[in-house]
Amino acid sequence: MTVAAFTFYFFALTTVMGGLMTVVSRNPVHSVLWLILSFLSSAGLFVLLGAEFVAMLLIIVYVGAVAVLFLFVVMMLDVDFAELKAEMSKYMPLALLIGAVILMQLGMALGVWNFADVAAANIAAPMSETQNTNGLGLLIYDKYIILFQLAGLILLTAMIGAIVLTMRHRTNIKRQNVMQQMHRDPAKAMENIDVKPGQGL
Amino acid sequence: MIGLEHYLAVAAALFVIGIFGLFLNRKNVIILLMSIELMLLAVNINFVAFSSYLNDMVGQVFTLFVLTVAAAEAAIGLAILVCFFRNRGTIDVEDVNVMKG
Repeated sequence: MTVAAFTFYFFALTTVMGGLMTVVSRNPVHSVLWLILSFLSSAGLFVLLGAEFVAMLLIIVYVGAVAVLFLFVVMMLDVDFAELKAEMSKYMPLALLIGAVILMQLGMALGVWNFADVAAANIAAPMSETQNTNGLGLLIYDKYIILFQLAGLILLTAMIGAIVLTMRHRTNIKRQNVMQQMHRDPAKAMENIDVKPGQGL
Repeated sequence: MIGLEHYLAVAAALFVIGIFGLFLNRKNVIILLMSIELMLLAVNINFVAFSSYLNDMVGQVFTLFVLTVAAAEAAIGLAILVCFFRNRGTIDVEDVNVMKG
């Protein structure tokens, strides 16, 4: 077995195992950690395919942002996960049945297709000598610039939406009022009283 | 070099695991969202594998967009989840019937 084949099977196995453990794991924190393993090993698969930029992006975006977001939410919400998991065995037969059916359908499609003529011509023409990141940049910022901008717009919408959904203004707590503080008059805030000895106020 | 079918098989397995997870964790929305992420990852593997074997870089551009949408979807989904948990005190999907739709 060559090194490339060994690496492929290693990463493929960890990807699939990570995915499987994500969905069957009892503790959601463990689920997120398995998800991270799955993402990392698929990044390895991408490197093996020669797509370094997407691989690094997967690590930064998925492992660095999305998985940590999941982890935050899992730890922030005080949920009795044991209770939620209790009925898992009830759904197991249905889930296995549907999984088997879809796997069978995908397997039927796997061996019986061939490339279109356009694609065959594409295979014959080798990819340009530019590096992966370089080539992607040339495509994104030139041919797909509008789609790229729209992707940024989607992210902006998601950001604003997430902030609006989760922000709440509590009314029953003390807050700093800057304007009130700035307009405070020291002369009115304090009063000197001349206390006579032995009399008190 | 590893054949294209090998990568497609990995992606198919991952996709089926995602669907399996959707049906298995009917109550826990967090794991449901994670299953959706797994399915999107499988799609990404397909895109990159075809891009690599067809010598066409556009597949990787599409992967970028799928990644963007997945990140946005996770952020919004989790925000809705936090909002829902504040109002109802549970994340059980079967309790999501406020609107009686």
